[in-house]
Amino acid sequence: MADRIDLVLQVNGAEHRVSVHPFARLLDVLREDLRLTGTKEGCGEGECGACTVLLNGRVVNSCLVPAAQAQGAVVVTVEGLAEGERLSSLQAAFLAHNGAQCGFCTPGMLLSATDLINRCPNPSDDQIRDGLAGNLCRCTGYAKILDAVHTAASREASR
Amino acid sequence: MRGYLPDFDVRVPASLAEALALMAQAPGTFTPLAGGTDLMVVYNAGRLKPTCFLDLSRLAELRGIEENATSLRFGALTTFTELRECRAVHQHFPNLVKSARATGALAIQNRGTLAGNIANASPAADTPPSLLAYGAELELVSPRGLRRVAYDQFHLGYKALDLAPDELLARVIVPKPSGRGFHYFRKVGTRQAQAISKTCLAAYARVEEGRLAELRIGLGSVAPTPARARHAEAVLLGQALGSLPVAAAREALLADMSPIDDIRATAHYRSVVTRNLLGQMLRELAHA
Amino acid sequence: MIGASSIRKEGRAKVLGTAIYTDDKFMPGALHGLTVRSEVPRGILRAIHFGDGIPWEEFTLVTAEDIPGTNLVASVVDDQPFLVGIGQEITHSQQAVLLLAHSDRFLAEKARRAVRLDIEELPAVLDIQSSLDLQPLIYGADNLLKEIRIAKGDPAPVWAQAAHVIEGEYRTGAQEQMYIEPNAMLSVVEPRDGALQVTVWGSLQCPYYVHGALRQLFGLSEKQVRVVAMEMGGAFGGKEDYPSVNGGHAALLAWKSGRPVKLIYDREEDLACTTKRHPSRTRLRTAFDAEGNLLALEADFILDGGAYATLSPVVLSRGAVHAASVYRCPHVRIHARAVATNTPPPGAFRGFGAPQSLFAMERHMDVCARKLGLDAVELRRKNFLRLGDTMATGQVIREDLDLAGIMDRALAAIGYHDKRAAFALTNQEDGPIKRGVGFSVFMHGCGFTGNGESHVASVAGVEGLADGTVAVLAASTEMGQGKNTVFAQIVAEALHLPVELVDTAQVDTDHVPNSGPTVASRSTMMVGRILEDAAIGFKQALVQQGFLAEPYTPESFQTAVAKAVAALGTLRCYGQYHRPPNIQWDDVNYRGDAYPTYSWACYAAEVAVDLDTCEVKVADFAAVQEVGRVVNPTLAAGQIEGGVAQGIGWGLWEEVTMQRGRMINNQMTNYIIPTSVDLPRIQVIFLENAHAGGPGGAKGIGELPMDGPAPAVVNALENALGTLRLDEVPMTPDRLLERCEEVTHG
Repeated sequence: MADRIDLVLQVNGAEHRVSVHPFARLLDVLREDLRLTGTKEGCGEGECGACTVLLNGRVVNSCLVPAAQAQGAVVVTVEGLAEGERLSSLQAAFLAHNGAQCGFCTPGMLLSATDLINRCPNPSDDQIRDGLAGNLCRCTGYAKILDAVHTAASREASR
Repeated sequence: MRGYLPDFDVRVPASLAEALALMAQAPGTFTPLAGGTDLMVVYNAGRLKPTCFLDLSRLAELRGIEENATSLRFGALTTFTELRECRAVHQHFPNLVKSARATGALAIQNRGTLAGNIANASPAADTPPSLLAYGAELELVSPRGLRRVAYDQFHLGYKALDLAPDELLARVIVPKPSGRGFHYFRKVGTRQAQAISKTCLAAYARVEEGRLAELRIGLGSVAPTPARARHAEAVLLGQALGSLPVAAAREALLADMSPIDDIRATAHYRSVVTRNLLGQMLRELAHA
Repeated sequence: MIGASSIRKEGRAKVLGTAIYTDDKFMPGALHGLTVRSEVPRGILRAIHFGDGIPWEEFTLVTAEDIPGTNLVASVVDDQPFLVGIGQEITHSQQAVLLLAHSDRFLAEKARRAVRLDIEELPAVLDIQSSLDLQPLIYGADNLLKEIRIAKGDPAPVWAQAAHVIEGEYRTGAQEQMYIEPNAMLSVVEPRDGALQVTVWGSLQCPYYVHGALRQLFGLSEKQVRVVAMEMGGAFGGKEDYPSVNGGHAALLAWKSGRPVKLIYDREEDLACTTKRHPSRTRLRTAFDAEGNLLALEADFILDGGAYATLSPVVLSRGAVHAASVYRCPHVRIHARAVATNTPPPGAFRGFGAPQSLFAMERHMDVCARKLGLDAVELRRKNFLRLGDTMATGQVIREDLDLAGIMDRALAAIGYHDKRAAFALTNQEDGPIKRGVGFSVFMHGCGFTGNGESHVASVAGVEGLADGTVAVLAASTEMGQGKNTVFAQIVAEALHLPVELVDTAQVDTDHVPNSGPTVASRSTMMVGRILEDAAIGFKQALVQQGFLAEPYTPESFQTAVAKAVAALGTLRCYGQYHRPPNIQWDDVNYRGDAYPTYSWACYAAEVAVDLDTCEVKVADFAAVQEVGRVVNPTLAAGQIEGGVAQGIGWGLWEEVTMQRGRMINNQMTNYIIPTSVDLPRIQVIFLENAHAGGPGGAKGIGELPMDGPAPAVVNALENALGTLRLDEVPMTPDRLLERCEEVTHG
């Protein structure tokens, strides 16, 4: 039985220190140790993207990251997107366009879309599709998600 | 989630030297862990047999892309995203860009590595066919020193590698193509993104005075390992672009494949489609 | 208000990540529950062996012998046990035998693997033909879960006289709902006043189904069971009847352990053992005169119903009624059967039998057009139902129906005629890409079939809150379709209030009445209609009791409600379903008004096939539907876009691969649903034709979009590739290659 590690990581701007098994999944550390239940488990295979978080600035499937590899990391989850009560442009756009139906893919989808707009400020439909290909949605057919990303990208661009 | 967490352990060596020392002390005890995008899936399914891991992800010695006059040297831990973002890769190895784009989706590409993609030894991996097409070489490191292996000699059989228990894959060296080159890559997956390969064909050809002076074809998902299509290559090498023996090459390709029926596709589909990909490749080559 | 694209009520929580789904609910001290299942499709359970190396004394274990009430899942037919007992028959792979729970989730999984089931295997039925052939007999006297016959006129003399008689056989595969949130349950069972109190929180569409199932499982009264619907990460029918099973399992573990229990399926388990769309086989025989008028139709419609009846009788019913699609036909015989096999029982999936029978008929119409030498558009046009025509059950079309207009609109949206002409030329060129266009015309009955609504006798209500706002009281659940928002809009419209003043009470059987299950495209039309009545009654009560004067402003209404609640404590008004007087249904002979109304649609698709790989790309898609009245345009479009995506997936990629009676591609990596890259933008066009029975004239739309895409896409494939045996979905690349080779190789 492995010794627990003192995992120190920054999540949504706040520093956390938790004693965890080094092979524990980052997804479980977030949901259970830090009680940030916004990030979801949909498959455990790295297919659905419901567990997507930003790890050191890159989108990853948190169900596939062992805690030891998150040591000292900077993590952003869905809970870190809004500024207090103020929704991010993407969150507001998802709300306005009905980009979230059942909402279960939404946290992961928002993280991937946030990353996409940061890397690609004026994305085309195809670029958005490509950037979100790792986030499966079963409710929307992706249409309103694409609309929401376009709206948010324009808003960000005009800032 | 079915992995039995208490059984698992991961050590984080501070340097490559420490990693090698640990592996040499107890050969076969540690399994290298890089991006985890293959191993953690198997772990989540409760089917991961190795339980003791060596986390290589922080070893700077295994990172980075170096360019010199004749080649690109990729640290084993180069991620698919790093491949996609490297200008030199776009310039010299468009097939590698396509391979990287075709692997899973962005969240997998950000974490998955060349080393993992090679060492996991799945015949369905997406970069091996391109590495075969470009004639890549591997640099393996152990306490005994460095060893170079041509990548097309590295896979000995299904999940069997020319890799000693005390060796780590350190670098992938890909010679820059010279002269007028033709590149082809196509993966046929179960859907257009985030798909496992049903078949994959990558090719690099150099044309000199209207003839095929150099040709390497790499195949994925149609044999127990990533494979060079040597029979098809032999039929085509030296031939004039205007009169490529397409039918003969397609026929010869049969000897390069031993596809199976599996959960994603039938052997027949793989056989027919791979020959069609060869046909498409040759059509494009003739018009290039 | 009705017609406005009001913002999703629970949308803010969803984009913030604060919406609480079942596994998000923090329950200190909860045990982790797991299920041990048979890997054998049929046999007698002889023993359960508990392996070494596990501290079994720490575990809560539940077997069939423990069940305090009745070991049968309350359903249409009560034939399915919660757990199979020693000496009892295992009837399908993945059937539950043992439940276990422990505080350590890892140890629980290790323990699950350490259990070995001793099953004396018996020969199993694994396909429709074997079941029909009674090879062997596994259910009742004839392996039939349900049989329905629909008769109109007399086709018998028509076959010999008709100018053309065309037959066809069509098959559809199982389909997995693939909600992104797997099935999840949380239960607490506590003693209260000397009796048991069973509470279940879960991802479930029908709280009162689960409530009834728990009552029967434990032998409890109404008040002793409480079911709470949590935020649901998708359902599509996959959480319609199955929650009675896993809800019961979670409660059994909670009862035996005295601790809260979380029973959260992982994806592998969810895929392997929960309900799917019924596979189908349809044989059609159609007679036409020389001009292409449809004279007679005979349909042999068979569903693979798995090991227990579950919802098969109702799925079969809907499939049978929809088998003749949108055509006028004087002589009809529909023989529908659901047969038993030793596979995990299928259940509900959006469409519920109609996609299966409509695939057959809409594919068949194109095949007939080709064989008759007629254009597929014109063949349909001359046979469309119109006002005054009768459907297969004798139902008279009493609304102004313009199927030709709907069809022409969809064809125009996709540029059908121009593309057909253009592709006919370009497809002749060399090159591997072949293009085609195709379409389907179809309907979807809104609400329950026949007398279903009368049986349920739904009740829904409206409640005043202390702050003067109003809450909807209904058992309908939000699964992303927008129920919370649409109900609020309907009530707000009835009360002349801004939608901000109306919200929805949590769906908790302690608090909301039984407005029926959230299924059958009935929520807006049926429950919404009841809520209109309840809202008006609520307002009248306020007026009559002197709290409110008319006319009023939203502010004065809010003040009045606050005052009334302060004075009276509670203020609620309920409405109940009343069967409209002009609806007649004979359930024995299957004649009459099968549905109060139908939504009507035409979907058109453009495909591009790469003959090198047989991959199919849907390049363009238009969905035109007449739905009575659109309550919320954005939410409604969302339903169509999502349903079309699922329909395309079913048509081209989604295959359940079975081996030894169980799904073996039970990973998301191997069951292929579309990603954002796989789908085109979908043109959505709504037409309105108010239906008196629905709030503001609304009909149902939830399932409609599932019916059209598969036949439209496969019809387009025929246009692209010529005459091939395209009689099955999913038409995967592997299957399409085989069909192409049937032609080229002879």
